Amino acid sequence: MATSTQQPAAPTAGAPAPRRRRGSRRFSGRDKLVLGLMLGVPTVLHVALVWLPAVLSVVLSFGKWDGIGGVSSIKWVGADNYHQIATNYPPFWPAVHHNLYWLGVLLLIGTPLGLFFAILLDKELKGSRFYQSALYTPVVLSLALVGFIWTLIYSNDQGLINNAFGSHVDWLGNPKVNIWAVLVAATWKHVGYIMVLYLAGLKSVDTSIKEASSIDGATEVQTFRYVVFPALRPVNVVVLVVTVIESLRAFDIVYILNGGTNGLELLSVLITQNILGEASRLGFGSAIAVILLVISLTFIITYLVNTFRREAES
Amino acid sequence: MGVETPARTRGSSAERREGKAPLRPARVVLQVFLAVTSLVWLFPLLYAVYTALRPYQDTAGNARGYFSLGGHYNFKNFTDAWTQADFPHYFVNTLIVTAPSLVLILILSSMVAFGLSRFNFKGNLLLLMIFTAGNLLPQQVLITPLYRLYIKVPLPGWMSDSGTLYDSYWGLILIHVAFQIGFCTFVLSNYMKTLPHELTEAALVDGASVWRQYYQIVLPLCRAPFAALATLEFTWIYNDFFWATVLVQSGDKKPITSALANLHGQYFTNNNLIAAASLLTAIPTLIVYFALQRQFIGGLTVGATKG
Repeated sequence: MATSTQQPAAPTAGAPAPRRRRGSRRFSGRDKLVLGLMLGVPTVLHVALVWLPAVLSVVLSFGKWDGIGGVSSIKWVGADNYHQIATNYPPFWPAVHHNLYWLGVLLLIGTPLGLFFAILLDKELKGSRFYQSALYTPVVLSLALVGFIWTLIYSNDQGLINNAFGSHVDWLGNPKVNIWAVLVAATWKHVGYIMVLYLAGLKSVDTSIKEASSIDGATEVQTFRYVVFPALRPVNVVVLVVTVIESLRAFDIVYILNGGTNGLELLSVLITQNILGEASRLGFGSAIAVILLVISLTFIITYLVNTFRREAES
Repeated sequence: MGVETPARTRGSSAERREGKAPLRPARVVLQVFLAVTSLVWLFPLLYAVYTALRPYQDTAGNARGYFSLGGHYNFKNFTDAWTQADFPHYFVNTLIVTAPSLVLILILSSMVAFGLSRFNFKGNLLLLMIFTAGNLLPQQVLITPLYRLYIKVPLPGWMSDSGTLYDSYWGLILIHVAFQIGFCTFVLSNYMKTLPHELTEAALVDGASVWRQYYQIVLPLCRAPFAALATLEFTWIYNDFFWATVLVQSGDKKPITSALANLHGQYFTNNNLIAAASLLTAIPTLIVYFALQRQFIGGLTVGATKG
């Protein structure tokens, strides 16, 4: 009752304010509590288990700690871990290169292929449901399983390729070859994912603008280049982020195949090895994690600013 | 004839929608191309099925070799993998982790999404960004502090026989929920923003509480994104390898995907058995995907294009 009698006073506050003020006045104390809990519980959980550890990783990266003994046994060494990583840690630069190869292959081969298939399937031919399922199936499998399934093809003396062609390439053992063999498997999975994202995007593009441009005499390629692709901009951003993040997160498949060693080093694996391995160098592992974090956040923040700016404007 | 010509010029899109396009060379080429591509794409999986159907003796050594036809075909590798490797046990582990995680993720993220999308308050956008960005972080970045935290947090014996959050189902459920509410909040809040404001405003006039607006008005309208998210999240949690590898130590508590990696060295010295085991592991996700395929694509539209 009290809230409703106060309402007439609100409009005097000026143009932008009324909406928010009116909203908050209508809340009873109980409503505020309920809303607080609905927002608070998930937020606390998410921040405590995701953001807090991420921040603590940054702190830990400036120390040396074997994890035995309490937090007080951490020896603070400043940027020493970072210095060592860059100058005196052999697997680091190969891992960076492998992550870049991963990104390059997904970005230049996997993603365009996904877009290409999406365009073909968007034509809704007979049987496109089957084609779509076939291309998407690998996405449903975990990368760990993908690793097993491709072992059957790559394995040295029991694998399909060497048996079929009488070759003797050690696809998974040779450090010069194995990263590319693994990337074939990773791309196999990536293409379907991108395809579905684009397919969803294409379906939401207004068909009338496509028809309009074809009436105007544009070829199919021109229509795509000048009409459809620009309209796909939001999906393109999502796809770009997905591709970058996937290549930074890559882990399972190489870890399954050989623990991420001997030619399959990745940043994610180096972190895991330093933290769980016998050496248990928690500070050192955290420093690699922070490097990964900084790279990821650069992309994530760009993406978020891009996404939410439009929203804030509207 | 006179009627047909304008219809033809109006574009092929009308024909496409009806799916009755006349056989034109371009279309045949396209069909053949897609059919071949699909087979190429399915090939590794089909080859795994083929290998799994053949006994080890036929393929290994010099009997026939892996690249061969003939010999015996049976399901013995599947039954062997099922019984030798204790598959039912690991499937149950996966179920114990996946089911509660899914329910909690959907409940909690729908609550945040409701708060964020239906009310204006300070920090609203920032909170949404925190959730969205959190889900995009590489898991390895969190693992050191998380691992230490899990070792330190005590749980009573009836909840975890390790006595801590580490090496318990609870710990796995907790991290899945914490990590994945980020993604679901993002998708659901985008969806809820598309629901007309009049819906809740009318209820507000009628004196409905915040909880009733959420529970009786907004939630029932979210079935479509829920179905899509449930499919996606099921696949992700089911397929999780990293969390289960790092946060669960005991082999007998591992979910199926990460357990398979252990079993790999332990039991499976032959590729035929590996093939069968891999395929068995993949079955639940394949079933869920094909059963919910339609909702899934629809839900992705919500998530991908509104972003």
